Amino acid sequence: MKQPRSTQPAKPEEGQRPLPASLRRNAPLVPVDSAGGQALAAVIAILTFLAALCAGGAELVATSSSQWRSDIAREVTIQVRPNAQRAIEADVDRAVALARQMPGVEQAQPFSKTESERLLEPWLGTGLDFNDLPVPRLIVIKLKEGARPDFTPLRQALKEQVPGASLDDHALWVSRLSTMANTIIGVGTVLVILVLVAAGLAVTFATRGAMAGNREVVDVLHFVGANDDFIAKEFQRRFFALGLRGAAVGAGVALVLTTIVGFVTSSWRASPAGDQIEALFGSFSISWRGYFLVLLIALAVAVITGIVSRLTVRRFLNENG
Amino acid sequence: MAQGRVKALFDTGFEEGPAPAAVHFENVGVRYGMGPEVLRDLTFSIEPNSFQFLTGPSGAGKTTLLRLILLSVKPTRGLISLFGEDVSRISKDELTDLRRRMGVVFQDFRLLDHLTTYENVALPLRVQGKEETSYRNEVVELLRWVGLGDRMHMLPPVLSGGEKQRAAIARALIVRPDLLLADEPTGNVDPSLARRLLRLFIELNRLGTSVVIATHDFSLMDQLSVRRLVLGDGRLHIDE
Repeated sequence: MKQPRSTQPAKPEEGQRPLPASLRRNAPLVPVDSAGGQALAAVIAILTFLAALCAGGAELVATSSSQWRSDIAREVTIQVRPNAQRAIEADVDRAVALARQMPGVEQAQPFSKTESERLLEPWLGTGLDFNDLPVPRLIVIKLKEGARPDFTPLRQALKEQVPGASLDDHALWVSRLSTMANTIIGVGTVLVILVLVAAGLAVTFATRGAMAGNREVVDVLHFVGANDDFIAKEFQRRFFALGLRGAAVGAGVALVLTTIVGFVTSSWRASPAGDQIEALFGSFSISWRGYFLVLLIALAVAVITGIVSRLTVRRFLNENG
Repeated sequence: MAQGRVKALFDTGFEEGPAPAAVHFENVGVRYGMGPEVLRDLTFSIEPNSFQFLTGPSGAGKTTLLRLILLSVKPTRGLISLFGEDVSRISKDELTDLRRRMGVVFQDFRLLDHLTTYENVALPLRVQGKEETSYRNEVVELLRWVGLGDRMHMLPPVLSGGEKQRAAIARALIVRPDLLLADEPTGNVDPSLARRLLRLFIELNRLGTSVVIATHDFSLMDQLSVRRLVLGDGRLHIDE
């Protein structure tokens, strides 16, 4: 009796029954999908979530600070202080004229007396007679996109022609803002690195536990001719799968949370609190770079899980003969 | 008839055998920790294509001797060489190569409970990186031969003791090893199956494998007139 076998390419033999399709199960040789494995996947998910939040937060600050710095760097202010011996309107006009002569200046807009006084209302209240107060006048200068002019000639000209006028290019403020933003980004980066290290340590302990728990499996694999590298690869494959699953869950939750927070803050945008949050963090939605960063972290966690487990297995096997 | 065939091969094997001994022990002793030597002054060889029983009372050290040959226990003294290689100086890769030339049937079977019977039997080929299609027929054929054709996709926990033993034997035989070590391979099977398994070992031996069967089953040993390695009081006595 000869029967064709559709499940395998080998030539049919006399009297052989068809092979069951379930032979191709290709089950993993090291069973790490135990309760301990699930716990490790949960730990990795939590750590990835935290790392993703840190990275997303740092990216948010980086993007916002870049916008702040760009906006502030494009704006320069001239302050003309009142002087009883001088006509302030003429001084303001003179300062505006000097500013407009400077290359790279897009716009020089003086604040009128009324506008200047209105700036003080939040602190001094309304209904005051500002005629008795020496309220300085401001001129806001907008620079052209990408222009980085040297303000020394303008400063010199103002000093000579408009005594009492001072020019503020916000360099100090930009410097402080940069320092603050860079500190936040640095702290975020350090936190991401710490979380990745913690993930590596968790994988080390879990791998050693899995090795101890699967001692008999490892012995059998050795006896049937598996070398250390084969066993290490098997563990790596299993832990990489676990790490990828945990990291995907953690990163997914972080992205969903960011999207929800972005949606909620956008609905607050009209309120004062929403304005403050938006002023600080921008629109509270991470850019494509942020999404890429979170996915990169998830992949890094999975790769670290695989590599660390492999190294740990090799070390464990070397230590234990 | 099988005895005669084995004997004939046994005799001619000695005459023609320029190959080094599969196993050679020279004054080997083993102790666990600071305890007394459980095996001492073991000096013997297992020649290529030979067939022998390893016997002795329970606790005499049969399993320890098999583990010494498998290199899972290190001797505290003496020299062991496998297939002509001094094992005291071999690297891990060389150890793996040596183990790939050996098949082993453990007394407690040591099947992997999360793998099916088929996967357990195919394990030595899988760890060698062979494609499943290259060994599938062979594994299935062997499983059918040992009477596990309808158990091949079952997990070991649902197999009986005898079925586990046959699966363990099939796993040891699948690579057609140069040396087969079997620890009480017929301990859990009925006499007729024990005879059938013995025929399988004889057939393997006929194809060139050296066979060492550790047993204290005299009815099994009486079926073949082959060399007996007898362990007692930690020493080895050889009945040619």
